[in-house]
Amino acid sequence: MTFFTHSLFMAQRLLRNLLRQPWWIVISLVQPILWLLLYGQLFKRVVELPGFNADSYISFVTPGVVIMSSLFAGGWNGMGVIMDMNQGVMDRLLVLPMNRAAIITGRILSMSVVSVVQSLILITLGYATGARFAGGIVGVIVLFICGMLLAAPFAALSIALALLVRKPESVIGASNFILMPLMFLSPILMAKNVMPDWIRSVSRFNPVNWSVEAAREALGEHTDWNFVLLRIGCLLAFAAISAALATRAFRAYQRSA
Amino acid sequence: MSGGRTAPAIEARELVKTYGGKVRALDGLSFTVEAGAVFALLGPNGAGKSTTIKILNTLSRPDSGSALVAGFDVLKEPERVRRAIGCVAQKSGVDPEATGRENLTLQGRIHGLRGQTLKSHVDELLNRFRLTEAADLVARTYSGGMQRKLDIAMGLIHRPRVLFLDEPTTGLDPEARAGLWDDISRLANEDGITVLLTTHYLEEADQLARRLAIVDRGKLVVEGSPDQLKGELLGDAIHIEFASAEAESNVRGALNLLDGLSEIVVDGHTLHARAAQGATAVPGMLAALESNALKVASVKVARPSLDDVYLHYTGRTFSEADQANQKGAR
Repeated sequence: MTFFTHSLFMAQRLLRNLLRQPWWIVISLVQPILWLLLYGQLFKRVVELPGFNADSYISFVTPGVVIMSSLFAGGWNGMGVIMDMNQGVMDRLLVLPMNRAAIITGRILSMSVVSVVQSLILITLGYATGARFAGGIVGVIVLFICGMLLAAPFAALSIALALLVRKPESVIGASNFILMPLMFLSPILMAKNVMPDWIRSVSRFNPVNWSVEAAREALGEHTDWNFVLLRIGCLLAFAAISAALATRAFRAYQRSA
Repeated sequence: MSGGRTAPAIEARELVKTYGGKVRALDGLSFTVEAGAVFALLGPNGAGKSTTIKILNTLSRPDSGSALVAGFDVLKEPERVRRAIGCVAQKSGVDPEATGRENLTLQGRIHGLRGQTLKSHVDELLNRFRLTEAADLVARTYSGGMQRKLDIAMGLIHRPRVLFLDEPTTGLDPEARAGLWDDISRLANEDGITVLLTTHYLEEADQLARRLAIVDRGKLVVEGSPDQLKGELLGDAIHIEFASAEAESNVRGALNLLDGLSEIVVDGHTLHARAAQGATAVPGMLAALESNALKVASVKVARPSLDDVYLHYTGRTFSEADQANQKGAR
């Protein structure tokens, strides 16, 4: 019970603090839009490549950018933890009768709200610029779920990293080092059929790939639900492992106090 | 709830804590704090004061030893300890992006307060710490003194029985410090809250604490009321400052033939000593120093202070220890 209420208290605090920062709002809303417009224009003609198999690039890349912005929304969560540690807020929470897990899940919850808003804007903008989804509303919901199931475990991993290294520079470095390659080693921008063989092989083990493939399948015609569910299952397993790692990192942080 | 009026509010027994297997922050520290008073842990930087607080407020675990806070075992019942205590850490725990009111409300909610009760506790504390006007400004805009007050108010939201204050006035200007001292005294005198305060300001412990324990290198050096500790030192403290740093052996050699001097310590430029009658001992000392070519810049004779108590029990002056221990301070 305290797990849910405390998660809500934490999420409420973080969202309220974000809404007080107008620049943050502008940047976090404009940036994904910028990606969508830039990629949509820059790679417009790659659909002409033999084997790309998409009607239009904007239809192809819109779910990709949704997944990409979820990945980044999740992967930078550790920075907030670092700020809380430096401000003494973390220790303050730990001496309260606070549900320990809620300190992490509250943060993931607030990130999810932000991510859903971003995704809605992206989908709307994509539609306005010509993207069409045969999978309809169900497909869009699956897309959002795939985004969440990618953002949450990366948020947990990022928080775990922050708890262990406790230096903003290290978290920034590691996030860049990990997130960018994961994005490019997945079919976010480029269809799998036209990827080099080695990237295609590597991408099979990439959670970003599972997420974007499941979403595109659900958004397309004649959805193969087994294909979608298998990938969602993999994402759930990945989330469980990440949660376990974050919990262990949290214990390590407390032990070192 | 257990732990009635007469039971001690805090009992620490043989606490040992090492960091990274090397730095021994606590080396068998034991003390008892009676309920309803201000108790000060006084010691230089790195003496182990913050570590002690972190163990008592469940943030950290000792390598060995045990402790009861408000009647609950910090190792076996940390959750019950957390409900009974309020904490103000050395580093502020105020969320700078939230307002004073929001900071207080979140603390109250996590302590299970809701609705009208929560609101009235929040308003009462804002009022008490003179933060009502600034209540709806984000804490980032507060002065150091206001943030500290908000910090303390946050620790009091659920009306705890024991309040931990870790170096509450560090970094505050003298005016804000004096104001905070009044607030802290009232907590014990009017609200009956047990306050465990750590400080490396001697005058702060002297002013606020009913009892104090001097901690040095993770061990308890001596415990008692400030007056009692000062009273145990016989005679006056004599401080003589030299024009330049002098070797301890020269100074001791010069004073060798004088009677009635005790506890002679040379600390760079300054000679500390003790005599039953300070004023009558000084002329003889000056003459002896003069004849040994030791140039005296100033002389001070004083009734014993806590600084003298510290010197008496540890063999070094407080400021000397404070500087020497800067490294590895926790």
